[in-house]
Amino acid sequence: MVHRPGAAMRLRRNSPLLYTLLSVIRKRWSMDKLRTAIVGPGNIGTDLMYKILDRGRNVSLEAMVGIYPVEQSEGLQAAQANGVDVGTDGLASVRAIADDVDLVFEATSAKIHESHAPTYDELGLFAVDMTPAAVGPFVAPTVNIDALSEDVMNVNMITCGGQATIPIVNAIDQVSSVEYAEIIATISSDSAGPGTRQNIDEFTQTTAAGLEEVGGADNAKAIIVLNPAEPPILNRCTIYTQVADGTDLDAVREDVSRMTETIQSYVPGYEVILEPMLKHDLGVELEESEVITTMVEVEGEGQHLPEYAGNLDIMTSAALGTAERLALDWTERLEGVVR
Amino acid sequence: MSDLRLIDMTLRDGMHAIDHQFTPEQMRDIAAALEEAEMDVIEVSHGDGMSGSSINYGFSAASTEEYLAAVAPVLDETQLAVLLLPGIGTAEDIELAASYDADICRIATHVTEADVSEQHFQYVTDLGMEAIGLLMLSHMAPPEKILEQALLMEGYGAESVYIMDSAGALLPSDTRERIELLSADLSIDVGFHAHNNLGLAVGNTLAAVDAGAVTIDGCLRGLGAGAGNAQIEVLLGVLKSAGYSVRPDFFRTMDAAENVLLPMLSADTIPEVDNTSLSLGYAGVYSSFLRHARRAANKFELDPREILIELGRIGVVGGQEDMITEVAAEMAEQSRGPS
Repeated sequence: MVHRPGAAMRLRRNSPLLYTLLSVIRKRWSMDKLRTAIVGPGNIGTDLMYKILDRGRNVSLEAMVGIYPVEQSEGLQAAQANGVDVGTDGLASVRAIADDVDLVFEATSAKIHESHAPTYDELGLFAVDMTPAAVGPFVAPTVNIDALSEDVMNVNMITCGGQATIPIVNAIDQVSSVEYAEIIATISSDSAGPGTRQNIDEFTQTTAAGLEEVGGADNAKAIIVLNPAEPPILNRCTIYTQVADGTDLDAVREDVSRMTETIQSYVPGYEVILEPMLKHDLGVELEESEVITTMVEVEGEGQHLPEYAGNLDIMTSAALGTAERLALDWTERLEGVVR
Repeated sequence: MSDLRLIDMTLRDGMHAIDHQFTPEQMRDIAAALEEAEMDVIEVSHGDGMSGSSINYGFSAASTEEYLAAVAPVLDETQLAVLLLPGIGTAEDIELAASYDADICRIATHVTEADVSEQHFQYVTDLGMEAIGLLMLSHMAPPEKILEQALLMEGYGAESVYIMDSAGALLPSDTRERIELLSADLSIDVGFHAHNNLGLAVGNTLAAVDAGAVTIDGCLRGLGAGAGNAQIEVLLGVLKSAGYSVRPDFFRTMDAAENVLLPMLSADTIPEVDNTSLSLGYAGVYSSFLRHARRAANKFELDPREILIELGRIGVVGGQEDMITEVAAEMAEQSRGPS
């Protein structure tokens, strides 16, 4: 794991006056921003914290909330070291800060999010759920965030494989209706945590559902492969889309390239490594359709998680991307919600 | 009472050799011949297990359900097994197999990734089926690592654990070392699965049995991925000569191979040790890559051996068939030079 020096901590120690002044300025500045808190100070939560602090444009981080004392939580320690307020009482801590927060990022587990969600709703907090709980609708920020109905206050980030592939499937679907999408997500063994390993079916089933519901494929299948090679391989996904015979491949490439640029605006390490090309080696003949192969690779930014763990990086990037997009019309959204 | 349990995988690993194109009727006829030959167990699935039918691995001629519906009624004393690879198939497939009264579900993971299979072992044992664990590409990990992973599967409820030489890369001494360690330290049975890429399938299987393996895999005519598996009628002759007691009838198994299976095959689907399959074993690459690599070589005008050696060098694992295209495209690009 990559740990950054606690710049804020050093500032606090060396020049307490300047630190206080900066804190006040930051708090005032953040009044115009979408105010967020991270619930769950594990690897994902910590990585997201660094992303918000590094490049949150219209999103500010008000607090990091866990359930263990600070001395037992590396994530909470990292938050403190960076001048972020911490809470150690889980949902009670969220209640205590609810008035100063607009949105919570859930970085716990599916079970915990299911139990937290009603409270967020009651407190009027928008929830961006990075667990597989899927209490709210699936969201891929470049695809369907603007289509969300205004009363939606909880969205789910699908899966890492979904975030890396659904926008591409959707881009191709704009050119030629995708009859069937199939993706193979290959991740390094090191970046597959116990949650993924204990419930790998959840990954394949949720990703397939996202490819259909958000990507626009009529049918979909997702496969995940863990590769233990050393040094760890970068996260990569192969995307097969079955479309009508004679689809304009140049138009597909253009659309995919446009979509890639949009994704790169919030996932800098996202890259197409094989431009859409026809697959000629299927082994069987398809009737009236053909298969386009596209491959992408995701290199993490390496704030907290290693660079090869692009699969984790794309989740935190998508969560931040979602919040940034929501921040743009936050006032209207709040007005649209009956509270 | 026989000393050994033989699992015939003509209708599973054999599917790789014919691009997963057995029809349900052909499966039924082969299964009936194997029942007649008093085979202990037959395994039925797409080559990559249930739900393996895909663009990446090849579409099978029929669904898992159609195959099971064709085969289950003709079996009586011979047990029915299915294969599941976590990451490709899911719990739904296990339920399907149970509904067709499959006796055994074999669950396969890469040799270092056994912990992705815990939930699947749970489903299989909950449904009252026998669970067998398969550690694929066993040449890629040292014996101590394999033992650690086998112990995990034993803990999840496996009734036996297999050393799978998926690349046909093990030598008899490697085989013996692995089987001896597992036989000594596991309280469950140990199995062995060979591929013939280095011409050692039958020899390695005999070495495994001598070292303590009590359940072994083979196929009629060796029909399987790469240069095929251990030819099961040959195994019967060898094991009988070596003084082991086996249940299947020697002549009737030969008849199943020659009179029932052989007429269904075309010359290019009968596995053999040729330059390409030999390269699989030498490079330590998953045997089912063979036919995909040949097609990619054809498309990109490359030598399939070079593609396989490169795949071995970068350490691809089972299920990464999509890498064949990427590597081939890259090699073709390089051989063209700067444009």
